[in-house]
Amino acid sequence: MENISKGLVYFLYVVAFVLLNIMYLIYLERKFSAFLQQRPGPNRVGPRGLMQTLVDVVKLFSKEDIIPEKADRWVFRLASLLVMVPALLVYVVLPFGKNMVIADLNLGLFYFLAVASLSSVFVLMAGWGSRNKFSLLGGMRVVAQVISYEIPMIFSLLGIVMLSGSLKMTEIVSAQSKVWFVFLQPVAFVIYFIAATAELNRGPFDLPEGEQEIIAGPFTEYSGIRYIMFYMAEYTHMIAVSALATTLFLGGPSGPVLPSWLWFILKTYFMILLFMLVRWTFPRIRLDHMMNFNWKYLIPISLANILLTGIGIQIFQLMKG
Amino acid sequence: MEVNPGESKTVEQQIEKNIILTKLDDLLNYSRAHSFWPLTFGLACCALEMMAAGGARYDISRFGYEVFRASPRQADLMIVAGTITDKMAPVVKRIYEQMPEPKWVVAMGNCAISGGPFADSYNVVPGADTLLPVDVFIPGCPPRPEALFHGLLTLKEKIIHPKVVNKVE
Repeated sequence: MENISKGLVYFLYVVAFVLLNIMYLIYLERKFSAFLQQRPGPNRVGPRGLMQTLVDVVKLFSKEDIIPEKADRWVFRLASLLVMVPALLVYVVLPFGKNMVIADLNLGLFYFLAVASLSSVFVLMAGWGSRNKFSLLGGMRVVAQVISYEIPMIFSLLGIVMLSGSLKMTEIVSAQSKVWFVFLQPVAFVIYFIAATAELNRGPFDLPEGEQEIIAGPFTEYSGIRYIMFYMAEYTHMIAVSALATTLFLGGPSGPVLPSWLWFILKTYFMILLFMLVRWTFPRIRLDHMMNFNWKYLIPISLANILLTGIGIQIFQLMKG
Repeated sequence: MEVNPGESKTVEQQIEKNIILTKLDDLLNYSRAHSFWPLTFGLACCALEMMAAGGARYDISRFGYEVFRASPRQADLMIVAGTITDKMAPVVKRIYEQMPEPKWVVAMGNCAISGGPFADSYNVVPGADTLLPVDVFIPGCPPRPEALFHGLLTLKEKIIHPKVVNKVE
């Protein structure tokens, strides 16, 4: 009984955290893109347009829910519900502050990567269930992209695991008490950032939703509330990936003066703004270029990074005694 | 009971000031009117003015209307920007039917209103209202982005005050 109530509290916490953040992340994205393009951005609804997202969500709630006649009805419906599950599950292992991790698993990092890669299955379900050529093409692009970029992402994180000697999130954080891993593993950070952008299907890797080619990719047939679910899952995932980058590279919740959870949120938002900056700066890349870049550059570089990290650790230990 | 001791107003007055009382319909209409997601869709040169409206100089995003959706399933507003030829007419109609309710149509430019300079042509539809229920007409050849904004804000008024519109009819 105690476990159930505890679980409920954690669940509510994660949902509240995610929803509140998404509300204002969408606003932030619109305002930030406006800032980059030297225009005012949304400023009519509420003070400085702060209520714009709320208005959009209420509108989408009231839209007609269309399910195409020939669609695979159950797959189509389930995909839009289940897509949020892996996106929310990954929050279990993130250390939001000192002693603020929901379940400090021994295999925390492994758990995060395994669950996060599950989300591509539901996007493929959406693409398949819609029975629409654009949806299916988009779904297959998502899977191809996520699976290929998973490899350099995991390789880049191996360097971190070698340095900290653990997959446990709290131990990785405490291993960075002297130096943040972003300084010890700069190459891994860059590779992680690129691979994470691809995993999120955000620009310049937003080929699955390439409007010029395949309309809206796997989400082409979704309207109203079902479309919000995919949209929210995408942003939930972005917060999670930024939080993981914060934990692994930027010292997690540690920092002077301010409380630990505030440091965590500040660093996470720094990462999110970096993702947004990249999205609104670079044009979309071509499909074959994306694959070439992954297999010919990112994977060899990440492998070399592991080798160099191993040699570096050996030398450090020899010098130490 | 005193809600705010510093003020000399009655409780009712203070509640009126601090709490927004509304009907669900009004909330939905307000929300719909403030977040049109137009369809990425242009038929002729008026579409270029529509793109200019989305650019940094005019910036349609101030009103929250900048989310151009490529899929009709996610769009609420169809801006018929340009000449509708007989060949294109069935496609335009089908795209309109693919959009989920509630949806609106704006006829932008003289061609979409009446066929414009091609009104006598053998292959031009004389106005979007022969195919679709048009809510707002924006004259011009092509209309400037400011005119498009005026049209969209007119549509906004129309959605927020449905009764006023009905009376005029």
